[in-house]
Amino acid sequence: MKNRKRFWGITKFVLLSIGAFVMLYPLLWMLSSSFKPIHLIFSDLSLWPSEFTLEHYKVGWAGLSGYTYTTFFKNSFILVGLSILGNIVACSLAAYAFARLDFSIKKVWFAIMLGSIMLPYHVVLIPQYILFNNLGWVDTFLPLVVPKFLATDAFFIFLMVQFIRGIPKELDNAARVDGCGPIAIFAKIIFPLMTPALVTTAIFTFIWTWNDFFSQFIYLSSPKIWTVTLALRSFLDAMGESLWGAMFAMSILSIVPIFIFFIIFQRLLIEGIATTGIK
Amino acid sequence: MLLKLWHKNKIALLFLAPWFIGIIVLGIVPMIASLYLSFTNYNMFQAPTWVGLSNYQTMLFSDSRFIQSLKVTFIYVFVGVPLQLLMAFTLAYILNKGVKGLAGFRAIYYVPSLLGPSIAIAILWRQIFGTNGVFNDVVSIFGVQPNSWVSDPSTALFTLIVLLVWQFGSPMVIFLAGLKQIPEDLYESASIDGAGSLTKLFKITIPMLTPIIFFNVVMQIIGAFQAFTPAYIIGGERGGPLDSTLFYTLYLYIKAFTEFQMGYASAMAWMLLVIIATFTGLLFLSAKKWVFYGE
Repeated sequence: MKNRKRFWGITKFVLLSIGAFVMLYPLLWMLSSSFKPIHLIFSDLSLWPSEFTLEHYKVGWAGLSGYTYTTFFKNSFILVGLSILGNIVACSLAAYAFARLDFSIKKVWFAIMLGSIMLPYHVVLIPQYILFNNLGWVDTFLPLVVPKFLATDAFFIFLMVQFIRGIPKELDNAARVDGCGPIAIFAKIIFPLMTPALVTTAIFTFIWTWNDFFSQFIYLSSPKIWTVTLALRSFLDAMGESLWGAMFAMSILSIVPIFIFFIIFQRLLIEGIATTGIK
Repeated sequence: MLLKLWHKNKIALLFLAPWFIGIIVLGIVPMIASLYLSFTNYNMFQAPTWVGLSNYQTMLFSDSRFIQSLKVTFIYVFVGVPLQLLMAFTLAYILNKGVKGLAGFRAIYYVPSLLGPSIAIAILWRQIFGTNGVFNDVVSIFGVQPNSWVSDPSTALFTLIVLLVWQFGSPMVIFLAGLKQIPEDLYESASIDGAGSLTKLFKITIPMLTPIIFFNVVMQIIGAFQAFTPAYIIGGERGGPLDSTLFYTLYLYIKAFTEFQMGYASAMAWMLLVIIATFTGLLFLSAKKWVFYGE
């Protein structure tokens, strides 16, 4: 009996490991191909390059349309940084009001906020585009960043509301006795205590903004302000399929930041998904 | 009266100001505007002209590409999502039974969900399922003829579904968390009654997990209806071979930003909202029948 159980345990472990390998194989293959000389990419099936070259990274990094990947990475990081800042500031302010303050027809506003989470982006896409176009914001970061400072990622408001509701109200009351108003209570008590929710928000804003293609694609057209995502896509168009090696090299680099993020915040990230159901 | 209203709300207004501006200027007003535009012809350069229901009529009765995009999207959603969730559930179930290195497996299986939406993976996918791709090398072992899976109209959509299923990690993590919530004593008393593991699976695990299954189904369906990047990069920006990967959102994009038929695209956006709302609504209605909330 005990032996049989052990046998099953080992079988399961082996099967799960094979599964994990199959899952990761495409990524490993891309990683290894990015180091192989071009004539080996499609002929040498082994994951360990028999000949090793950094050429693809050099060729790829040189970029296109007169800009290198230094520019594209810088743009991506600026965009991500501003998005995180916007979401943290605007969503935490709104969340505090929904969780702790009293105001007219609060339930209606709360329902609208929840509804906006489920709303497909496409329903507001065209009028938003027309608006940003009239403001002269198309081909700048503004259409991508300003909405974050207006708390349009309502999902994070909801996440923070849930979190603030878990903070004991006695803390607010004690501060009120000490003469704090709502603003001071938010700044001195709630905001510092909601760090875990803020970290979750930052992590997911990072991943979503980094991976986002559609809105960047619509709003950013000049190579000068391309993000890594857009540069990769133009690369694919311009080079066709002749420069697979360089494309793989840059693709690998493009996922490195998320990957590092994942490794650092793995526990928080997985807990975040498990408790809130974000992707 | 007004003054009283102001006094009651001024502090909240201070905190809510950014969100208020956002929800009105970027949410409610654009929604109404796109509803209005959906009844017009509008190309962004001339003023919109009212055409009544004509956009909706064209869409449903005479635009074969629209019908094609619906078909493609429905297959993607209703084949891809169930497969993805089945995979997620199975893996979560196995992992939850206790296995060495659970945290490691969980992390590895999650990685595709993390990277899946990126352009890098879309590019990789195009290669894997291309003529020289790794997929051909693998299936040739089983005697399958090599093919360019991404450019063959009968298989292109299949490569996108594989990409969706590959990203089963995030629903799996949610399932795992749900499985951990099921009280151990339920299983213990079932064992005493002589229940085998299959009985336990169907009589305890699945019923107890229905709220999570429901949540995952709703979220994944809403997400899958709006998928764009894989179709655009892997299938191709015009809808792939013979429009076989013309996702709804891709066709909407083509109408709005390459043909500048903003009125028609707005009508499509509203139709998408109606479709998603209908399916979510049906799911919520059906939930009473199969979702089990507490004792």
